[in-house]
Amino acid sequence: MTTVAENFVLPERRGAAGRLSDFFWKHPHVLLTVMLAPPLLWLGVVYIGSLFALLLQSFFSIDDFSGLINYEFTFATYRQLLSETNLDIILRTVSMAAVVTVASALIAFPIAYYAARYAQGKWKVLFYLGIMLPLWSSYLVKIYAWKLILAKEGIVTWFLAKVHLQWLLDAWLSLPVVGGNSLSVSYTGTFIVFVYVWLPFMILPIQAALERVPGNLIEASSDLGGTPAQTFRYVLFPLALPGIVAGSIFTFSLTLGDYIIPQIIGSSRLFIGQAVYAQQGTAGNIPLAAAFTVVPIVIMGAYLYMAKRMGAFDAL
Amino acid sequence: MRSDRLNRSPLGLKIAAAAGLAFMHVPILLIFLYAFTTEEKSYQFPPPGLTTQWFAVAWNRPDVWAALTLSVKVASIATAVALVLGTLCAAAVSQTRFFGRETISLLVILPIALPGIITGIALRSAFSIAEFPFSFWTIVLGHATFCIVVVYNNAVARFRRISGSLIEASMDLGADGFQTFRYIILPNIGTALLAGGMLAFALSFDEVIVTTFTAGQQSTLPIWMLEELIRPRQRPVTNVVAMIVVLVTFLPILGAYYLTRDGDQIAGGGK
Repeated sequence: MTTVAENFVLPERRGAAGRLSDFFWKHPHVLLTVMLAPPLLWLGVVYIGSLFALLLQSFFSIDDFSGLINYEFTFATYRQLLSETNLDIILRTVSMAAVVTVASALIAFPIAYYAARYAQGKWKVLFYLGIMLPLWSSYLVKIYAWKLILAKEGIVTWFLAKVHLQWLLDAWLSLPVVGGNSLSVSYTGTFIVFVYVWLPFMILPIQAALERVPGNLIEASSDLGGTPAQTFRYVLFPLALPGIVAGSIFTFSLTLGDYIIPQIIGSSRLFIGQAVYAQQGTAGNIPLAAAFTVVPIVIMGAYLYMAKRMGAFDAL
Repeated sequence: MRSDRLNRSPLGLKIAAAAGLAFMHVPILLIFLYAFTTEEKSYQFPPPGLTTQWFAVAWNRPDVWAALTLSVKVASIATAVALVLGTLCAAAVSQTRFFGRETISLLVILPIALPGIITGIALRSAFSIAEFPFSFWTIVLGHATFCIVVVYNNAVARFRRISGSLIEASMDLGADGFQTFRYIILPNIGTALLAGGMLAFALSFDEVIVTTFTAGQQSTLPIWMLEELIRPRQRPVTNVVAMIVVLVTFLPILGAYYLTRDGDQIAGGGK
């Protein structure tokens, strides 16, 4: 009997690796700590630490005469943030984010719906890669491509001249707000590039939401006499809504923080991202730059709270 | 029985979907055309003539080579760091239960969920507060921070599919923890890590917003491109570089797709 019992318990392992392995087996918490320490040290301490340090700086102010940071707790910087010029920047960015979000949802829906419901086999792969490749291809190259397209001597002007619609472009560009000297220095240009660059981020969550809608639900709706418009309004749209909200999180947040697109294609009026960049760089006003970054954080916080209540996270 | 009519897509939908896909791809294809144009001073369309001379000009530009080498170096090291940290996180989250487990996923996703400018400026001010000089290594640290999430997402999805009994069987047969990792876990998560690593590489190779804040005097390829975009000096060379960047980023994405297509997850879904 004793020999059997002895064989049940293996002898302790030898060598450093063996003993270490036994030690971890007996103390799983030590293993967990060893595994989690490096990533947590970096993300939890250094990264979160820098974020808090940045937010803290928004409560300092800058001395107007010396240009040095005055390390005293104050709301002066936030008062400065709410000045008319800065409110203008915030309003401009938020409206752009809203318009871009709506437009991307409109363009994304048919692509996502076709990919989710009708594309089969080879076409499914084609659609998948057709959405993935633009998503992952270089951000700057995409902006550069639009600089080529929207330039005065570029393809848009050429095409419109060919079909004798040049007057339409000229009429659009002469409009206030959306117009400008050429498409590449107008809000219209900025808007097109934003929609183009963030579009894949909208398609993927909508597609994920639509994949979960069973086909016979649509059939049932038409069997019961629903017209295609009614089926869309009362069946498809409510089921796709969490996906649309999930996609809008990306389009909204990315537009709020971007400073490169409006700098390269757009008018000279600033967006939040450009204001942050200018304040921390040339102006050297880190407190105001930090206060500006609080704006997207607060807006996205509220947005995420709403999205969570609508169940958008299940569609991610 | 399903009627055939319902399984065919309406024409309007087909046109809208095709137009949407064209909208996403035509601009990228135009880059390829412009790389061959003979026009130097403007973005004229259609190109007055086609030539391959700009490829030779770009090939002989030392600044392009310097930027490309720096980008590849940064992306390789950042990917390596992200692979280690992301896998550790994924293993801890998926193989064990502990207090604050949910928070870890949030923590990993945060650097990519917040606008890049916030991550960039936060790291920049932290580096200057710590009097850490801006160098090659500050770029790498910035990139590794947001690359972790890609590796993590791919690894977590794969860890979920490894059944616990496989690991228990290995232990029962007398393998120690390291042997189990080497012979059971690693072969199972290998392709997921490779896919995650490729996507992390593509992400780092292309990143510009965080880099503008964490770089010192060095310019990575995206920084070089950004300078050309703001102040164009030699447009034909930029056209060629843009085309090469498109090709270089497509390869890892296609590779990652083929490595994970049998899986239950989408390789790029976490970007």
